[in-house]
Formats: sequence, structure tokens, C-alpha cells
Amino acid sequence: MSATASLQPSDQSGGQSGALGNLSTQPPRSLSRDAWRRLFASWNGRVGLIIILIALATALLAPVVNPYDPTIDSDLANARLEPSVSHPFGTDRLGRDVFRRVVHGTRISLTIGFVVVIFTSVTGTVLGLIAGYFGKSFDTIIMRLMDIVLAFPSILLAIAIVAVRGPGIFNTILAVALVGMPGYARVVRSMVLSLRERDYVDAARMIGSSDTRIMFLHILPNSLSPIIVQMTLGVGGAILFAAALGFLGLGVQPPAPEWGAMISDGIPFLRQSPHLVFFPGMAIMLTVLGFNLLGDGLRDALDPQLRD
Amino acid sequence: MGQYIARRLLALIPVLLGVSLVVFMLIRMIPGDPVIIMLGERARPEDIERVREEMGFNRPIYVQYIEWMGRIVRGDLGTSIINRTAVMDELKYRLSATVEMIVVGMIIGMIIGISIGIISALRRNTWIDLVTTAGALIGVSMPIYWLALILIYALAVNRQIFPPSARLDANLEVVRRSGFMLIDTLLMGDIRLFGNALWHLILPSFVLSTVVMPILARLTRASMLEVMRQDYVRTAEAKGLVRRVVIVRHALKNALLPIVTVVGLQLGGLLGGALLTETIFSWPGMGLWTYRAILSRDYPIVQGAVLVSATIYVVVNLLVDISYAYLDPRIRYSD
Repeated sequence: MSATASLQPSDQSGGQSGALGNLSTQPPRSLSRDAWRRLFASWNGRVGLIIILIALATALLAPVVNPYDPTIDSDLANARLEPSVSHPFGTDRLGRDVFRRVVHGTRISLTIGFVVVIFTSVTGTVLGLIAGYFGKSFDTIIMRLMDIVLAFPSILLAIAIVAVRGPGIFNTILAVALVGMPGYARVVRSMVLSLRERDYVDAARMIGSSDTRIMFLHILPNSLSPIIVQMTLGVGGAILFAAALGFLGLGVQPPAPEWGAMISDGIPFLRQSPHLVFFPGMAIMLTVLGFNLLGDGLRDALDPQLRD
Repeated sequence: MGQYIARRLLALIPVLLGVSLVVFMLIRMIPGDPVIIMLGERARPEDIERVREEMGFNRPIYVQYIEWMGRIVRGDLGTSIINRTAVMDELKYRLSATVEMIVVGMIIGMIIGISIGIISALRRNTWIDLVTTAGALIGVSMPIYWLALILIYALAVNRQIFPPSARLDANLEVVRRSGFMLIDTLLMGDIRLFGNALWHLILPSFVLSTVVMPILARLTRASMLEVMRQDYVRTAEAKGLVRRVVIVRHALKNALLPIVTVVGLQLGGLLGGALLTETIFSWPGMGLWTYRAILSRDYPIVQGAVLVSATIYVVVNLLVDISYAYLDPRIRYSD
């Protein structure tokens, strides 16, 4: 994290002579260490982290603790049972245990969330770096392309893509990733535009560093804070988005226990069996809430000036 | 100002061209023969040939694009494959249903969202602030279609307070003039019909309002806190003005400036939210129409609806930017 040290708030360095004395007696205080401390000190960061850890554990342990295929029709004799001790979330129209399906659905949603975010953040960041660093026609072309993507109401564009390419997990990821890309490109570009003029970038250029080296070693590490925040919020956004596609029947297809598809599966029985709609929706909300809380906490922790 | 508007209008052209190109290519990105996919495997060869000719698939792609654009500019969005009606005609009716829901939803969202924001800013760091902040976070994390279903269960199925679907009771009829139920029923002078239309509108609009409500609440809170720190607010307080006057006349008036502009930028989210809301409330708007067209592979409708939505969105964003630049001259000279 040596690169981020340059962002260290000046109030912590103290006087020139004191700073050296501090170095020997106290552990070094880097930005990342400070950020972690602030993150754990804030209620939203803490709660968010706990929710996400629970979701992750659920996703990872589901096949171990609950080794069964949640897609198999279990038994029609026990269809649409009310929530009870043996079926905490009840059973669905095919007699499948809703709790198990929700638990296994965590794997699908988290996978989509993380894959989408990795894909969008890498491509969006690279595009933003190129646009901001090289400027001129690179900037114009890339940002105009991003403007075109942004010109569509995002869910409409995603639906159109999936409609054309067919439903399924791969096309869901593709569609959600594509509509999310401009967000990163814009954030990174604006960071690059301000960092490009810094002295240390000039210095690097003068000692003959290549453009790639400057972009990835000097500019990128210093733009990480907003990217990390955007990524965290992005996981939640992607989960919400993919669930909407699943709900519309255009995302991950049944019998996979995808939360959005489970909700739409329960609609015909809303009157008699509202639990079929209720529990998968709660799962979506809590998971997304976890990432939103963590994103909020991270934003405060990484950029204390933004706090009111 | 004129120069700024001209610059922004000029920048609009490549974006709109790009949008049209994406919409045009959409249908051509379908793996396999789009005509066979639209008409089904068992379609008669003469039908396939007719649709192919009709949609111009036999000509070079750039010719197709230019011809298509030519028709679009003249307001011809093609004909529906399934019921053979002009896309443009139905679009007008559908659009008004969606716009009505969005406008009412936006009003509800603004009233509640801004009020919540002001209250939590004034009661900063109290339990009210905590509850509203958490509520806003839950609001943005909630799938809107799920909220719609929960509300339908609670308020339309379990207790029949609100109707679960449609724009009017089935036995009622309205003379269509503007396409907006609230206006048309008023034009008929029938207050009972107006009430009925409003009653049908409340639940879907409220659901839709939750798209913007949390965003507006958070923004209002931040904006109010920012403004309350300003010297002119302190001056107003120091000269002994009543607190309510300080808050409304001095603080709120200035805090609302960024909020009002953000309202316009939320339109994209509202158009997307409308699609989900409409499918649940069987609301005969653009969203439900587009969605059904996607399911039945009626691609001319999909193209028309996506193109129109994107154009509306881009134009509204431009108007928002211009109004912001008008209100805040600093914008005009930067970037």
C-alpha cells in the first residue's frame, strides 16, 4: 500500500521533527489502516460486513450443510405448506423446501454479483484510464460510447440484450455488466483528469516511465477509493438487477433457485401462500442492503471529507 | 447561455445516432434468422418472405439503416408483427399511461422524500435521523416488484382497500382525449370516475415513488446540512428570525436547487421501475407493452419502445442540464 501513502492526511504527519520520532515508537498509520479502523467504527460498515459474511458463508457452505439438489421436485403431496419447524419458509407449488432454495439461491446471486462487478470494474476502469489519460479523440470516442449506453434506461437495455441473446445466467451477467460499465469509466476518468496534473505524475514522466506504467502504477492506485466504493455498491446493484431479470423470466431459468424467478413463481398463489413471494424477496433485500451498507461505510471511511 | 445550449445540442446528435444504431442492430444481433424467430419455425415460406421484404432484410445493411432512419424521422416506427397495427399509434396511448404513473409517482416521491430529508437534517444524529437513514438504505435495496406484491397482498387481496390492477374498474368507461385518465375523467366532468382513476393510480404510483424517495431523502438531508452551515443562514438566525422562516425561506429554498435537478436525472430509473411496476399491476403502459412484445418476439414494438424511451431520457437529461446551467452559472464555463 505504499502508493496510497501519498494520500495520507496531512494532519497525521505532525511537525517535521515529530514525524521522525513517531515513526520509531508507533506502528505506521497508512490510509488503508485508518480506513479499516473507521470502517469498523461506523455502524453501517459493521452491519454491512456482518450481513455479507453471513451471505458468503451461506453460499459457500450450502452444499456442505445442505447436500441436496434444490431443483428436484420433491413431492407434490406437500405442496405449498405454510412455514413450520420442518419447513421454516414453507414449501413451494412443487413441494420443494423454500428455505433450502433460498439458501442455495445465495450462490447464484452472489456469483452473478461478483462476476459482474469484476468484469465491469476492470473494463470500465481501463476505459476510464485511457479516456482520462490520453484525452483528445480517445476521450471523445470512449465517453461518447459510454453516453450511448447511458442513454438507455438501464433495465430496458438489459432486457433488450437478454431478449435478443436469450435468457440464462451468462447473458444475464453480460447484460448487467454492460449497463454498469459507464459508471466506472466516468468515475475513473474524472479521477485521472485531476491526478494527471499532479507533480508525482510529472516526475514519473520525466524519469522516463512509460504511459502504461504511469497509468497503472501511479494513477490507478490513487483512484482506488472511489472504485472500491463503486464496486461494493455495484455488487448489490448487480444482484438487484439480475433478480429483476429473473423475475421477468428473462434471467436465470427455473428450476434453478434464483430469487427473482422464485418470486414470480409464487405470484399465482399470492392470496393463499404469500410466503412464496415474501422469503425470496427478503433474501434479495437483505443481501443488497449488506452491500449498500458496506459501500456507504467504505465511502465514509475512505473519504472522511465527504462526511457531514 | 446560448452557446452552452448550442454545445449541448450538438453533443446530443452523436448520442442519438448511436442510440438509433444500437436499436437498429438489436434485431440483427439475434442469432439465427430473426424473421423465422419472430414468426416461428412453422411459418409459411411466403409469410417469411413477406416479412423479410417488409423489414428490408434483403437489402445491404447500410441501406436498411438509412431507410429505417428515414421512416423514424417521419414518425413511422413500423407495424406490429402480431396484430398488424402501427407501432406509433399504440405508443401514444401507452406512453400516456406510463407518463401519468411516473408523474404521480414522482410527486409522491418528492413530497415524502424531501420531507423526510428535511426532518432528518433538522433532527440530525437523533433516532429519527437514524431510522430515516436506515429506511432510505432499505428502500434502495428493495426489489420494487417485491414491494408491489407485498402491498397488493396487504392492501388489495387481504384487505380490499385498493384495486390490484388496471386503470379503471372494468365496468367504467372513459372518453379518451389526452390519454391521461385523471385529465380525461375531469374533462368528462365525472368526479366519481376521477376518483376511481385516482384510486387505481395510487398503489402503482406509490410503488414507483420508492425508486426516487430514498435518493431524494438522502440528497435533501445532505443539501440541507450543507446550506444550514452557510453564513446567510446564520445571519438570518442572528437577526432573530423565527426558526421556521429561516428554514423555509432561507435554507430550504437554496437546498432545493440541486434536488430539483436530480429529480430529472432519476427519470431513467423511473422508466425502468415503471416496466416492473406495470407488469405487476397490469398497467397498460409502455413497460408492460415492451415486456409483452419481448416475450412474443414482436421486435418492431421492442425497437420502437426502446428508441422512444431512450430519446425521452436523453432529451430530459439535456433539459435538466440546461436548467441547472441556467440556475448555476458556474456549470456553463466548466468542462
